[in-house]
Amino acid sequence: MLDQNNELIAIRNLYKVFGRKPEQAMTKVKAGVGKDELLAEHDHTLGLKDINLTINKGEIFVIMGLSGSGKSTLIRHFNRLIDPTEGQILVDGVDVMSLGKKDLEQFRRHKMSMVFQRFGLMPHRSVIENVSYGLAVQGVKKKERLEKAAQWLETVGLKGYEEQYPSQLSGGQQQRVGLARALCTDAEILLMDEAFSALDPLIRSEMQDQLIELQDKLHKTIVFITHDLDEALRLGDRIAILKDGELVQVGKPEEILLQPATDYVEAFVKDVNRARALTVETVMQPPVSRITATTIGEALEQMKKLPEDYGYYVNDDGYQGVVLRETLEKAFAEDADAEVDASVWEPLDAISADAVLETVIPETLETEYHLPVVDEDGELQGELSRSALVEVLGDTTTSEAA
Amino acid sequence: MAEKSWLQDFPQMERGDLIAIRKTLDGAYRDFSREFGDTIEAFFDPLLTFLVWFEQLLLQTPWWLVLAVIVGLVWLASRSWKLTAGITVAMLAIGYFGMWDNTMRTLSMITVCTFMAILLGIPIGIIMARSNRAQSVITPVLDVMQTMPAFVYLIPVVMLLGIGKVPGLIAVIIYAIPPVIRLTNLGIRLVDKEVLEAATAYGASSTQRLFGVQLPLAMPTIMAGINQTIMMALAMVVIASMIGVKGLGQPVLKSITNQYFTLGLLNGLAIVALAIMFDRVSQAWAKRSQKHLGGAGHA
Repeated sequence: MLDQNNELIAIRNLYKVFGRKPEQAMTKVKAGVGKDELLAEHDHTLGLKDINLTINKGEIFVIMGLSGSGKSTLIRHFNRLIDPTEGQILVDGVDVMSLGKKDLEQFRRHKMSMVFQRFGLMPHRSVIENVSYGLAVQGVKKKERLEKAAQWLETVGLKGYEEQYPSQLSGGQQQRVGLARALCTDAEILLMDEAFSALDPLIRSEMQDQLIELQDKLHKTIVFITHDLDEALRLGDRIAILKDGELVQVGKPEEILLQPATDYVEAFVKDVNRARALTVETVMQPPVSRITATTIGEALEQMKKLPEDYGYYVNDDGYQGVVLRETLEKAFAEDADAEVDASVWEPLDAISADAVLETVIPETLETEYHLPVVDEDGELQGELSRSALVEVLGDTTTSEAA
Repeated sequence: MAEKSWLQDFPQMERGDLIAIRKTLDGAYRDFSREFGDTIEAFFDPLLTFLVWFEQLLLQTPWWLVLAVIVGLVWLASRSWKLTAGITVAMLAIGYFGMWDNTMRTLSMITVCTFMAILLGIPIGIIMARSNRAQSVITPVLDVMQTMPAFVYLIPVVMLLGIGKVPGLIAVIIYAIPPVIRLTNLGIRLVDKEVLEAATAYGASSTQRLFGVQLPLAMPTIMAGINQTIMMALAMVVIASMIGVKGLGQPVLKSITNQYFTLGLLNGLAIVALAIMFDRVSQAWAKRSQKHLGGAGHA
């Protein structure tokens, strides 16, 4: 269960029906009338059905679905660009539905900012005026807001473009302006509606990198909408999959990939390049072959309990290298009480737990040992066997063939 | 069959009834205009004062100074030597052919009419853009204003206010205001939804949205409406001369009744010259001030 204190946004029992008389249609929906039937017989569109979500502080929460799944409708409920037919939206404990006109304006000014698919920049304002728009709306003095906007422009890498107009910039640059505008208000929550979907693949991946980089520094809460599963897997701390206005599955990227909840999700994730989407951490086994003893004798005792003829030597400074049983036995014959030192272990490069599987494939092929996996501090976290890797990656090929 | 069948002739109301209706309506309106004519005239008094003042200003100022101001304004607005030179030549020709005073009268009339039409038209257009109900009410009214022969609504205006500048002004405004209203409405409705949504998402109030986003982005369309309004006001000048509006229209009217072809042609050409001046200058100004809105602009 999620940590209650960490929860920033909560959506409860959210319904949205489009049409002339949504309330009447709601009773039909509650009585179990489906989306297609509602449209055909009652001329109402079921946009969202019984959505329940919690989004935690500081995470990138990706809402993924194909076009028409209701994802853009859903994100517009967070800042009430669209009002729900029924349901509750809580942001930081405040019921957004209870806000009056003025309070809602204040809420939008300070709590959330938004990045749009087609940028939503104002063509009659220069880049810097666009970036400072949120502050202008708040009534911040011109000098102050332009200074701040200039800083954010520099952060997104558009220094020198202040006086240009949006129409003079490329798509990628325009979206950087959109991003800078969103960051400029210092809002805690960032809503990104298919923010990178209109960009070329290369620019898109650059922007994704930039977003991840910024997020490492800023720790915003980001709600990211996309129809691109690769993008979702790359950015998302957690992913929600939306189909026909209903939530199908919510979970971490590897849960979505490895334990799809329904056939729909399974079909969705089938074509994903797992080698690129999964990290070592999700595939590695716990580190069994760990040798920690200080003397050769004790080390050989530990080695005898291991399943293989080698082990990873770990001392106070973390992972050091791989130790072979053969080497240990030779050293034991010479001096059983000698300390284990660099002459005993062989260097074997460890791989990072955060590394994407694709990047470690060469290493797994080069060596016959299981690869040691370490964290940022050099501590042994697990081991990655070639067979585990093949199993995870091979799974896709069989289902593709089928 | 002695009796005429209703199948052959359209069943009409009795002549007497029709006359009674006409008499009642005309009588009621006449009573109304006798009762309130003075009040309504007093209401339009400031407008008349302004109109007379502006006309006198153009007439009393030496011609070369007026010409210099006009040419200066044309240059400032258009920044085009060709256009400025053309206008100068046209204005000199107008003066040379003895139409300077009438042209000034028409110029003042058009300027005041356009000013009033913008002042009234843009707010009405904004109201239309904000409410579908307002749009559905105002649109048919505009249709009537544009298609009803101008002579028809000259009658009540003259009955109410007599012959003179103010009724002429009202008639011209009624005729010329629809484009600016329609195109303000259209321009605001055509503003990119996502840009407007972005403004809303950043907490802009409806006033901030109107003045910060909707009006600036609708400006090219609104400018096209203003342009049309000016053109229609110029076209109305001749008709308005029938109710005593002085200017280029009166010689044209005289030419029609007396079959003076050359006089008519010269004054007609002077109206054309004014029209071209207003049109080109307003368009050039609009284009220059909105060069960023074009989308694919090149740096």
